[in-house]
Amino acid sequence: MSIPQPSHANPRRTLLASVLIGIGCMAAVDEIVFHQLLAWHHFVDRDTAFALASDGLLHAGELVLLVTGFFMMIELHGASRQAPGYRGPGFLLGAGGFQVFDGVVDHKILRLHQVRYVDNVWLYDIAWIGFGVIVLAIGWLLLRRARRGHAASQR
Amino acid sequence: MPNLAQWLALLAAALYLAGAWRTRRAGKPWSPWRSASFAAGIVTLIVAFAAPLNAFAHHDLRGHMLQHLLVGMFAPLGLVFGAPMSLLLRNLAPARARAVVGLLGSVPVRVLSHPASAALLDIGGMYLLYMTSLYTQSLATPWLHHFIHLHFVISGCLFSWAIAGPDPAPHRPRWRTRLGVLFLAMAAHATLGKLMYAWLLPQGTGAAIGEIQAAAQWMYYGGDLAELVLLVALMQQWLHWRRSRPAAGRRPFAGPA
Repeated sequence: MSIPQPSHANPRRTLLASVLIGIGCMAAVDEIVFHQLLAWHHFVDRDTAFALASDGLLHAGELVLLVTGFFMMIELHGASRQAPGYRGPGFLLGAGGFQVFDGVVDHKILRLHQVRYVDNVWLYDIAWIGFGVIVLAIGWLLLRRARRGHAASQR
Repeated sequence: MPNLAQWLALLAAALYLAGAWRTRRAGKPWSPWRSASFAAGIVTLIVAFAAPLNAFAHHDLRGHMLQHLLVGMFAPLGLVFGAPMSLLLRNLAPARARAVVGLLGSVPVRVLSHPASAALLDIGGMYLLYMTSLYTQSLATPWLHHFIHLHFVISGCLFSWAIAGPDPAPHRPRWRTRLGVLFLAMAAHATLGKLMYAWLLPQGTGAAIGEIQAAAQWMYYGGDLAELVLLVALMQQWLHWRRSRPAAGRRPFAGPA
């Protein structure tokens, strides 16, 4: 079933806003669930100034992206310019993209912290990054559908 | 009996109320929300300088941090969103109002009220206080102690105003710059909180490890909350600008005049 897009909808901006919200939400989930509830990794894992500053940047970035994304959405909504089929894919692309980035760059390249401090941490890494890749792939499939005008994710 | 800081806060409140009353009596509008915001800022200051909190702050780092958050981050939000400068301008004769606006546009005020320098004064001041021996010195030196409080009230107001204050700010940079500065300030603040937690700063206080780490976490989350309010206020202005501009063509955004 095809959802008629408002004639002056702005798919690019809708996609961008939802990508920002997706990144912000995933980063918040990481901080709240894994840092605070499960405490697999901690408030401070490595106490070099570099690691702490990168943590600070990540945290501030997450808040800024979340709030900016929400306000962009409010603006699009108020002007009836949201392109409905693009919100879901944008959110998933943002969330999955962050998850993969966090798993590859933060954990493995910069080695800021690990998912969990256990033997065979590579199992956790595969789960962490694999989950991100799956979310990314679903987002990409939905985006293709939206582009073909068959957006069915949400109204 | 209120102490000096509380008297000063009460004086500011009295002046503001008189101004708001005079404005409304002259038939000009003045939003009660602005007055409520300013009053909340004043109440926050009075609570922060109350005797029990002063005592708590003097022997416990967590007390100091609570006082610091109230004085330097939350009270300024209330004061700045009360738009005291706009109220002053409405109550001055045109010639004097022009002089005040001229002062706001003068080079020193422009330099100080640029978001980047305001952030440097505010967050930079915190790095200086907690990473050097300044904090322990301030415990032993009353005038330094008072000066630091005054610094944080003023620099907190300056920063809030520079980022998203409703008062007139001639030559204010566009919102992208302000958002960028706010982002860096938030990151710097969060980093300082983590540094204090990991490196047990400020040093030389004799406080227990748990006390220092609790204070650092209070600073981290409390600062977050205050900065989030500022971020939402800035984006609210952005939204207002996006909605009010004509469909075609952009004009530079510098906040409400």
